[in-house]
Amino acid sequence: MVRTNVKMEMRAVNFYYGNTQALFDVSIAIPEKRVTALIGPSGCGKSTFLRMFNRMNDIIDGTNHTGEVMIDGESIYQNNNSSAELRKKVGMVFQKSNPFPKSIFENVAYGPKIHGIKERTQLQEIVENSLKAAALWEEVKDRLNKNATNLSGGQQQRLCIARALAVEPDILLMDEPASALDPKSTTRIENLISELQKNYTIVIVTHNMQQAARVSNYTAFFYEGHLVEFDKTNKIFTTPIKQQTEDYITGRFG
Amino acid sequence: MTNWREKFIELLLIGAASASILIVLLIFLFLAKEAFPFVLDPGIKELLGSQWIPVSFKKEVFGILPLITGSLLVTALATIIMIPFGVLGAVYIAEIAIGRERAFLKPFIEIMAGIPSVVIGFFGLIILSPVLKKIFQLNTGLTALSGAILLALMAIPTVISISEDAIRSVPKSYKEASLALGASRLQTIFKVVVPAALPGIIAAVMLGIGRVVGETMVVLMVTGNAAKITFNPFESVRTMTATIAAEMGEVAFGSDHYQALFWVGIVLLSVTFGLNFIAQKVLTRYRMG
Repeated sequence: MVRTNVKMEMRAVNFYYGNTQALFDVSIAIPEKRVTALIGPSGCGKSTFLRMFNRMNDIIDGTNHTGEVMIDGESIYQNNNSSAELRKKVGMVFQKSNPFPKSIFENVAYGPKIHGIKERTQLQEIVENSLKAAALWEEVKDRLNKNATNLSGGQQQRLCIARALAVEPDILLMDEPASALDPKSTTRIENLISELQKNYTIVIVTHNMQQAARVSNYTAFFYEGHLVEFDKTNKIFTTPIKQQTEDYITGRFG
Repeated sequence: MTNWREKFIELLLIGAASASILIVLLIFLFLAKEAFPFVLDPGIKELLGSQWIPVSFKKEVFGILPLITGSLLVTALATIIMIPFGVLGAVYIAEIAIGRERAFLKPFIEIMAGIPSVVIGFFGLIILSPVLKKIFQLNTGLTALSGAILLALMAIPTVISISEDAIRSVPKSYKEASLALGASRLQTIFKVVVPAALPGIIAAVMLGIGRVVGETMVVLMVTGNAAKITFNPFESVRTMTATIAAEMGEVAFGSDHYQALFWVGIVLLSVTFGLNFIAQKVLTRYRMG
């Protein structure tokens, strides 16, 4: 077995929306260049957990947390101004595809432009590479100037992946990226995730147990804000240690 | 039975919807009827002249060009003033202001929209014009610029509240996507939110312009009412609306002057129609993407 480095880490994290606690004493070490799936019933804190890593919870009023969140061994909540830098390194794909109402090209070029790349040829190169990496290039290369909102749902989601890749992150956070898609598009996204795993550390929230089993190397099971169990995916799905995990996976609740 | 009632209600709704169209049509017809004889007697060419001298011992002339340029100048200046204030104000209220600021600003701006134009005109006459006169060392403070500033003041609340609605209705997911890519709050506002709200903002500005073109009392009071062709903001001008308002009351019924004023009305109505038409075109084009 090849040993992997720890890319993302949490130590004793509690998270609160106002007076409601959403995460309880969560500690985890997520390995680099692997796919980690987050499973658990609705409202168990998976998305909150995910959004800790790019500080997207910060934009919600009245939230706070204790404990430490680290990427590459550095605490990401130390400096208050660093969220833009952090988010450049930690890309995110949302549950509902959300391309900007701009052209396909402008969608992908948005991130690089924000981060100071102005030269047209360089942007073109980034757009092409990102779209290729997101397995969308062949479908859209002739209509880069068309509005992105005219693409199909599956294409839009891959465009959002391309857009996230364009700023060259190390990490991709995916919040149920295929939950609103048809089976065929879902398969394409899953294949894409397997492909991207070579270069990125991926954390994916999913409601779909089969999907977790198919795409991930590691699985974390959350229940009511607690991290119940975290291990290799095949271990979680075959010989879970906790009874709760087994009950959830075998469909006895959730 | 139900079928009959459905039909009745449908007819009622069609009637209600058509009423406004019918009324506009009737207004147009009435204007045309009153204005038409002018085409036969002095001739339509008379209207294209560059001088408006409706009362004279020698010869009366009814060239409406100075009135059109007067309206154009005042409207253009007012638009230039109202766009930055209106749009930036809307951005501030929709995106940056915290709850308490918004709770104060929103009703305040709505009250501003309700100030009677004559009060604004009065303010302009007594306060603004002397100030402008002093600052720019003018012979008179009653200029196109004074009118434009006041008109912008009147139109800004409209522009703000409609733009704000447009900005607020931009899906939150766009903002999240932009922030998640590492964009700052201001980058997100100006590169994603405002462009996404642009059709609504354009509609807001068009409505503001509509209000400016049609406004009468303020321009009558503060623009100096000199009917001459000029594009200098520091000179007095006379707008179409002010001309109609000032002269219609004293004109002899059915005279050339009377008919010429109706022509001014037709031009004014066409301009507002044209503006709305353009606004609609712009809106649909943006919606199509």
